[in-house]
Amino acid sequence: MSQEAKHLVDVRDLKEYFTVKSGMLNKLQLKAVDGVSFTIDRGETLGLVGESGCGKTTVGRTLLHLYKPTSGEVYFDGVQVTDKNIDSFRKDMQIVFQDPYSSLNPRMTVADIIGEPLDIHHLYKNKKERAERIAELLTLVGLNSEHANRYAHEFSGGQRQRIGIARALAVNPRFIVCDEPVSALDVSIQAQIINTFEELQQKLGIAYLFIAHDLLVVQHMSRRIAVMYLGRIVEIGPSADIISSPIHPYTESLISAIPMPDPEMARHKNRIILEGDVPSPLHMPKGCPFRTRCRYATKACEEARPELREVSPGRFVACHNR
Amino acid sequence: MSTESNSQKNVPLLQVKNLHTSFYTDAGEVKAVNGISYNLDAGKVLGIVGESGSGKSVSAYSLMQILTDTGRVTEGEVLFKGENILKYNSKQMQSFRGSRISMIFQDPMTCLNPVFSVGSQLREAIRIHTDRNREETQARALEMLQLVGVNEPEKRLKQYPHELSGGMRQRVMIAMALACEPDILIADEPTTALDVTIQAQILELMQSLQKKLGMAIIMITHDLGVIADMCDEIIVMYAGKVCERGTADEIFYNPRHEYTKGLIRSIPRITEQHEKLVPIAGSPVDLLNLPKGCAFASRCDHAMKICLTQQPEEVQVNDSHIAACWNNVRQMMEEENRGGASK
Repeated sequence: MSQEAKHLVDVRDLKEYFTVKSGMLNKLQLKAVDGVSFTIDRGETLGLVGESGCGKTTVGRTLLHLYKPTSGEVYFDGVQVTDKNIDSFRKDMQIVFQDPYSSLNPRMTVADIIGEPLDIHHLYKNKKERAERIAELLTLVGLNSEHANRYAHEFSGGQRQRIGIARALAVNPRFIVCDEPVSALDVSIQAQIINTFEELQQKLGIAYLFIAHDLLVVQHMSRRIAVMYLGRIVEIGPSADIISSPIHPYTESLISAIPMPDPEMARHKNRIILEGDVPSPLHMPKGCPFRTRCRYATKACEEARPELREVSPGRFVACHNR
Repeated sequence: MSTESNSQKNVPLLQVKNLHTSFYTDAGEVKAVNGISYNLDAGKVLGIVGESGSGKSVSAYSLMQILTDTGRVTEGEVLFKGENILKYNSKQMQSFRGSRISMIFQDPMTCLNPVFSVGSQLREAIRIHTDRNREETQARALEMLQLVGVNEPEKRLKQYPHELSGGMRQRVMIAMALACEPDILIADEPTTALDVTIQAQILELMQSLQKKLGMAIIMITHDLGVIADMCDEIIVMYAGKVCERGTADEIFYNPRHEYTKGLIRSIPRITEQHEKLVPIAGSPVDLLNLPKGCAFASRCDHAMKICLTQQPEEVQVNDSHIAACWNNVRQMMEEENRGGASK
């Protein structure tokens, strides 16, 4: 079965609820991820966008069992990932974090940071092989192999992110969760890292779940995009279609809100301004979670939560009115 | 309206001339701003764009004289309606800030005081700069909150900053900054900490307030999208210097500095999907050891010999465009020669 699984990653109805204390005895449930399903093919990039608090980071972490899922299933190459067998999948599934400052141990040299996954998975026969592999990884991500004996603080933000990527690549993963990997970087450096991700994908055939809030970056990186709002996917489909003709009202306003780096386009753009803020996930509105900010909301939206339905091949939308 | 009539009738609202700011640290002198000059006319939106460490925020802090202890303006003049405000003492400056030039910051949470209610902080700003009595102050505070589109303003006045969302806090900051009708609002990355849809709300608000109240805005940001959206004129900064200054159209469609060109090439665009980005190589310059020539030369694909030895001068490309790049000088000379030959 594992030989010919259709998708590399298959997430089905993933849920992650956190318990939040409010007051002395009261406990509230925070539905960070509330029934998310998607698939990622080999060597493909799926972009995951949404605003802060929508649960996109939690999806990435729960998927890797960094948080124990409340319910739902994750299949990797046809095999279900569980708490018991997750260790055997760590080599295949890796993560790159947003903040290149806090995700690298300041007391470890670059060689030790990149070498740690090699140590854990016993991926070398002798010291020489380990050093060679580290040098190879550093070159692969565009760093100098002489950097190995330095500490993380000696590097700039972009270089640190490269170290984080090298660490993820050390075990030859087939899938990497990229959790806002370029958000903390300057524009010119951001482009360097984006290109590095693309080159690595071409060279090594790695699949990415690319999580970001910047739609311009996500559409550039991904073949397909999933848009999240309050713990659910509201729209998923090919990125070109989603960008050019969004269907869900939330996607529509999200795309119209991107500040376009082009004065001509900015002058002629029709910005759809959403009213108000994202509701608190602790007190989710009944029915469709987006209805409080939606200009098309009707009675039906108050009553039932819309489920994802296929509107065209590969394109799913969760909205009553579209 | 035109710059011509402006220079004849009166001086620009704000003139910054050859401003230098340094920080004196244990490691040595960090030259954050190295001689920037620009004019700002009343009611215009000026954008300052650059990456971290380019000196865009420090240049604004220098105007407002809110540098940290180690920072000092070492050279230059800042003329507000013809008067050099760098000569003001701290008391004069205190009454100047907020009433003539106001500022809003990236993170409203760190700028609002967590132990005072929104109302008391707003009233304080109004009380310091105007001689309104209690009721008038309260009324003004309420009016300001309504102006910036805060819902249930009466209730919000009694609330504390932590009870508000990020977008709401930024609205309160804007209300506070505009309460005394300043001539200039400096916005330092006002939407960087906000989500896209909230960012759109705040940008829309700033645009409509700018039209309604007619103040000038200095918009400091790293986001070329925000700049393109908001600004009449743009300054591109690198290593504390102005690379290029011009109208939004000139900067985006006719960039003359290699750094600006690089920046524009390195942002993903919707129209150029799946085309490879062209990043700027290398990392930002070390402000402790600025090179002798052009600060960007070490990252520039088109660096020439002269770039390494001599700093480029600001050259007028046309009426609404200035660039400081040797490649631009070369390009202009070539164009001139070609023009001369064809004649």
